Amino acid sequence: MFERIKEMVVKEFSQVFRDRRMKAIIFVTPILQLLIFGYAVTTDVKSINTAFYDLDHSYESRELGRRLEASGYFIITGTPSSAKEMGDLLDRGKVLAVLQVNKGFGRDLARGVPTEVQMIVDGTDSNTASVAMDYSTRVINRFGKEFGTRAGIQRVVKPARIDLRSRAWYNPDLRSRNYNVPGVIAIIIMLTCLLLTAMAVVREREIGTMEQLMVTPLKPVELMLGKTIPFALISYFDMALVTTIGVFWFDIPIKGSIPLLVLSTAIYLLSVLGVGLFISTISRTQQQALMATFLFYIPAVLLSGFMFPIENMPVAIQYGTYLNPLRYFLVIIRGIFLKGNGIDILWPQMAALLLLGVVVIMTSSLRFRKRLG
Amino acid sequence: MNHIETAVEFSGLTRIFGDFTAVDQISLAVGRGEIFGFLGPNGAGKSTTIKMLCGLLTPSAGSGTVGGFNIMTEAEEIKKNIGYMSQKFSLYDDLTVEENINFFSGIYRVPREKKRERKEWVLEMAGIADRRGALTKTLSGGFKQRLALGCAILHEPPIIFLDEPTSGVDPISRRNFWRLIYAMSREGKTIFVTTHYMDEAEYCDRLALIYRGKIIAEGTPTALKQEYMERDVLEIEVEQVVDALEVLEQSGIETAIFGSVLHATVTDAGQESQRIRESLVKAGLKVVRIEKIVPSLEDVFVTLIEVS
Ligand SMILES: Nc1ncnc2c1ncn2[C@@H]1O[C@H](COP(=O)(O)OP(=O)(O)OP(=O)(O)O)[C@@H](O)[C@H]1O
Ligand SMILES: [Mg+2]
Repeated sequence: MFERIKEMVVKEFSQVFRDRRMKAIIFVTPILQLLIFGYAVTTDVKSINTAFYDLDHSYESRELGRRLEASGYFIITGTPSSAKEMGDLLDRGKVLAVLQVNKGFGRDLARGVPTEVQMIVDGTDSNTASVAMDYSTRVINRFGKEFGTRAGIQRVVKPARIDLRSRAWYNPDLRSRNYNVPGVIAIIIMLTCLLLTAMAVVREREIGTMEQLMVTPLKPVELMLGKTIPFALISYFDMALVTTIGVFWFDIPIKGSIPLLVLSTAIYLLSVLGVGLFISTISRTQQQALMATFLFYIPAVLLSGFMFPIENMPVAIQYGTYLNPLRYFLVIIRGIFLKGNGIDILWPQMAALLLLGVVVIMTSSLRFRKRLG
Repeated sequence: MNHIETAVEFSGLTRIFGDFTAVDQISLAVGRGEIFGFLGPNGAGKSTTIKMLCGLLTPSAGSGTVGGFNIMTEAEEIKKNIGYMSQKFSLYDDLTVEENINFFSGIYRVPREKKRERKEWVLEMAGIADRRGALTKTLSGGFKQRLALGCAILHEPPIIFLDEPTSGVDPISRRNFWRLIYAMSREGKTIFVTTHYMDEAEYCDRLALIYRGKIIAEGTPTALKQEYMERDVLEIEVEQVVDALEVLEQSGIETAIFGSVLHATVTDAGQESQRIRESLVKAGLKVVRIEKIVPSLEDVFVTLIEVS
């Protein structure tokens, strides 16, 4: 049994390392994806174009404007002189936020009377909007304290669709990259592993060698292991590769235990390989396999909590996400990277992932067996 | 020939795809050591039959044995005792010749001490000993075919299924390939081979003709020719072959084009040849020659297929 599996693995590696496309999938695309995601998909909000609508023209109002800019998150790019002009700037998207200081602000501050400023934020991009709200609130609160007053702050949001998130909890400097890169690692590994597994099996079917293998005394389980072990190893290699780049290039700290990361990756790969095998049993051609891979991959990423929190999804879809391996692995990998969670906290996710993996692998291998019949 | 021991036998074998019956209740017995030819036009059901015998497809109905093992229940045992070369080229193009041999040798569990010997045998047999390190995709068709055969029989199976092994290969390579088949048959191996080529059919010990999923004739090449050719075949050489075909078919004579000549099947060569010559001349065609020939297998099959 082991000899045949070894023979399959050796063969698979010789093929993979001779195939330029496969080499690209293994070595180039994961790195490219990590770099692109690492740089582009930062939800850090910096240099928000802001209008300063100052109706007070006092020392205090100008000082508040300066403080806002000094925070580094806002740049004052306009100073409208009328409400209409201010509205135009927002409508045209010239600015994403407006700080409006009403007449009497400086006087009220000086007298110690409660007063208010308005921060108007374009809520189209809810993420940027909520971050802008958070930042401005901090700046204004600090300013109020410093000036010895309990300056009440009224916030007006337009349009008013904002969900404030408290996820900055474990990421106090709001470095969204720390939060995103572990997730990116998880989705890169998923794509690589799915593509390699699904394509390799279907390619054999396409060129006719699968039929040849099926008339040999090779057992279905040997065939399946021979077809999955190489890709499990390659996926592990990729995991190590992108994690290393994440840690050394993007300075992402790993707070938790690396052995735990290795173990949970194995559990994760189990279900991803299973899905890859399943795809290969329903596809006749490599194109079909590619299509099926993306038909699975895109919803799996969208409905994993990678970009949108699962709690905000419709309940029916929330139940659906229980079948998504990425959902569990994201919690695990983020937990290990960001919070230093141990198995005491992560075991429910790991158990669920293991169960899912075993079920998927079993289902795929049953289908695999049938095809041999 | 030794017909006492059968290597392959089946009866009522049927395979249905959806509402289409690809193989329809066929029965055959192949003796040990025979070269058995399985002939038929495209889509007749040859590959489907072979796949059922090799355990690649489950029969919809029927029963049978290969090497004494039941095709319905003992597919795994069968796999240890057969070599199969599919119609499609089926080696790894991106592996070297040697890597392909090593791989299949491992999969077939050739004993360690025999591996080298078997490898050298395949390389020798395929005539590519000097190209062992070359990528398989760089070999020409004939060499690839022989390498594929070699890889399929590394484990020295007693029964060998070959599905159109020589399609797309030049005539010289085909002849070499058949020499190999003969050599294996002499060693006592049973060979079940499908083909399109009628000249290859003549090399077989026995033949079966399958058409639209049914076996319509079976026997040795000689017997088939005698049995099914009670009538005479006239070979007609004429300048405008297609026009001549039309003229003859209009006058109700069974005619088919064979290369650059026509073959007409008639009841009595003496009487008919005169009548044919006259009608062709009347139609303004130039007749070069008309003569009675010994029917080939192709004549037999064309006639058989036209009848059914
Ligand atoms: N998996 C399948 N599903 C549906 N129909 C099939 C399938 N396999 C074969 N057929 C049909 O069954 C018929 C017989 O096919 P088969 O491959 O056995 O023919 P063949 O005699 O080998 O022909 P060829 O000389 O072209 O190889 C064909 O009409 C084919 O279209
Ligand atoms: Mg065929």
